[in-house]
Amino acid sequence: MAQLLSPLPGTFYRRPAPDKPAFKEDGATVAKGDVVGLIEVMKSFTEVKADAAGKITFIAENEEPVMAGQPLAEIG
Amino acid sequence: MAIRKLLIANRGEIAVRVIRAARELGIRTVQVHSAADAEMLAVKMADEAVNIGPPHAAKSYLNIENILKAAKDTGADAIHPGYGFLAENAGFADAVEAAGLVFVGPKGDSIRVMGDKVAARVAAEAAGVPVVPGSDGRVDDPEHARAIALAVGFPVMIKAAAGGGGRGIRIAHDMAEFETLMPQASAEAKAAFGDGGLYIEKVIGKARHIEVQVLGDGKRAIHCFERECSLQRRRQKLWEEAPSAVLPQAVREKLCASAVALAEAVNYRGAGTIEYLYDDETQHFYFIEMNTRIQVEHPVTEMITGIDLVREMIRIAGGEPLSLNQSDVRMQGHAIEVRINAEDPAKNFMPAPGTVAALRVPGGPGTRFDTMLYQGYQVPPFYDSLLGKLIVWDETRSAAIARMARALDELAVEGLATTKPLHQLLAQDESVQKADFHTRWLEPWLEANAHKLNS
Repeated sequence: MAQLLSPLPGTFYRRPAPDKPAFKEDGATVAKGDVVGLIEVMKSFTEVKADAAGKITFIAENEEPVMAGQPLAEIG
Repeated sequence: MAIRKLLIANRGEIAVRVIRAARELGIRTVQVHSAADAEMLAVKMADEAVNIGPPHAAKSYLNIENILKAAKDTGADAIHPGYGFLAENAGFADAVEAAGLVFVGPKGDSIRVMGDKVAARVAAEAAGVPVVPGSDGRVDDPEHARAIALAVGFPVMIKAAAGGGGRGIRIAHDMAEFETLMPQASAEAKAAFGDGGLYIEKVIGKARHIEVQVLGDGKRAIHCFERECSLQRRRQKLWEEAPSAVLPQAVREKLCASAVALAEAVNYRGAGTIEYLYDDETQHFYFIEMNTRIQVEHPVTEMITGIDLVREMIRIAGGEPLSLNQSDVRMQGHAIEVRINAEDPAKNFMPAPGTVAALRVPGGPGTRFDTMLYQGYQVPPFYDSLLGKLIVWDETRSAAIARMARALDELAVEGLATTKPLHQLLAQDESVQKADFHTRWLEPWLEANAHKLNS
C-alpha cells in the first residue's frame, strides 16, 4: 500500500466538474500516471496523478480542504 | 434608512477597505468569515465576527442562508458584498432586501439585466452606447451570417451562441476563411453544447481596456472619469491607471457621457463600472459589459478625484441622494495601481500561499497600500491570490511611474513569492512608460522577458 500525498495545499476535488462523474471510483484500479483528482489553489487547478498502480482507496473527500503532504488516497 | 450596523459578506483586502469606510461613517461592523479565515485582518478590525462555515467558498462566502442568519443574529441592518462571491448575484440582492435589510449595491433587477450578455447589449444600444458590431443575438441561417460578416467587416469572430470558455471560437480574416470556418464552428458548437447556433462579432485588433466609474442614486448618475486596465494576463488585470494616458479629451467626454446615459437608463444605484474596448487607431469605443459592484481597481479613481467611492456607496445605500454634481468631480494628476498577488512570476504565476515572515509597507507622499497582510499572517490556499494593491499618485504619469518603482522597492513581503518583481520590471519598460500597450500586449511580453523574471 502506497499513500498518495497532496502535492499542494488547497481544495481536493475528485471530479473534473461538479456535474461530471468522479475521475476514479473508490476501489477502481488505476495505472501510474492516471489523473485521480484536482487540487485547487487560489483558483488555479493542478492535476493529481497516481504515483503507483493498483486499487485506489480514497482518504480525502471531494471538496475537502487539504494541506501539502496530506494523504489523499492509498494505492495498492 | 440610515445604516447603523453593516455586515461585510467578503474577505481579504476589500473587507478591510469596507470596514474603514464604515468606521469613518460611525457605522458598526460585522465581519463574516470561513473557518479558514478566523485570523484574517478584517476579523481583527471589525466590531464583531461570525464564522459562517467551512473553508470551501460554496459552504461559507457563497452560503446565502448562513450570511442572512449571521445578519439576523448580530442585528446588522445592511450587507456589503464587496467584489466577487455574491456581489453580482441578483438572487442574493433580492434575498437581502426580502429579509428587510439594505443591500449595498444596485437593485437585483439591475444586476440581472447587466449580468445577461444579450440584455446588457440591448440596454447599451438603447441608451445610445456603441457596442462591438456583430449579430444582435444568435444566427442560424448561413446566408444571414455572411451578410453580417460583410456588414461589420473582417476580421470577425465566430462564437458558439450557447458557448463559453472559448470553445467553438474561430477568427476569420476574409470571406473564404469565413466559409470554411463557419460550418466547423457550428459543428463544434453542436457537439459541445448540443446547439449549433452562432454569434458573430467584429474583432477589435489592438484594443485597450478602458472603463468608466459611475455612481448613481437610482435617479441620477455621475461619472468619475475612466481607468485604463490594458495590462492583463489571462484576462486578469495586473496594472491599472487613471486616467488613460492616450484618450483625447473629446473622446473622454463622449465615453464618460455614454456611461452616465447607460447608468441612468437602468436607474442605477450605487457604484458601478462600465467596461469598453477602445481602438487607438479609429478612436472608437465599444461597450463590453457593466460590473454592478465596487471594483478591485477603484482606488486609482479615488486618488485622482478625491472621492471615497466605498463611503459614497454606503451613503447611497442608506437612502441619501448623490452628494455630488457632475461639475464637482474633477480629476487631478495620475494614479497607478499594481496587484500584489501570491503568485510566482518566475514559475508561470504558480500560486504561492504561505506565512508572511516579515512585512515592510511602503509609505511617503502619494503612496497607499490596501492590503490584508500582517506579519505572521498565514495566507490560506482556498481563495483568490490577491494580497494587496499598491497605489501611487503624482502630478504626471511619468512621475507616478517613478514613484511606483520607488514604492515597490520599499515593499517587502517575506515568506511567499509575489508579483512584485513583475511590476518592478514593468515600471522600467519603455513601452509601459510610453503607454504603448493593448490587452494582448502583456502575455507575449512575459514570454520574451521570462529570463529576467527567472533571475
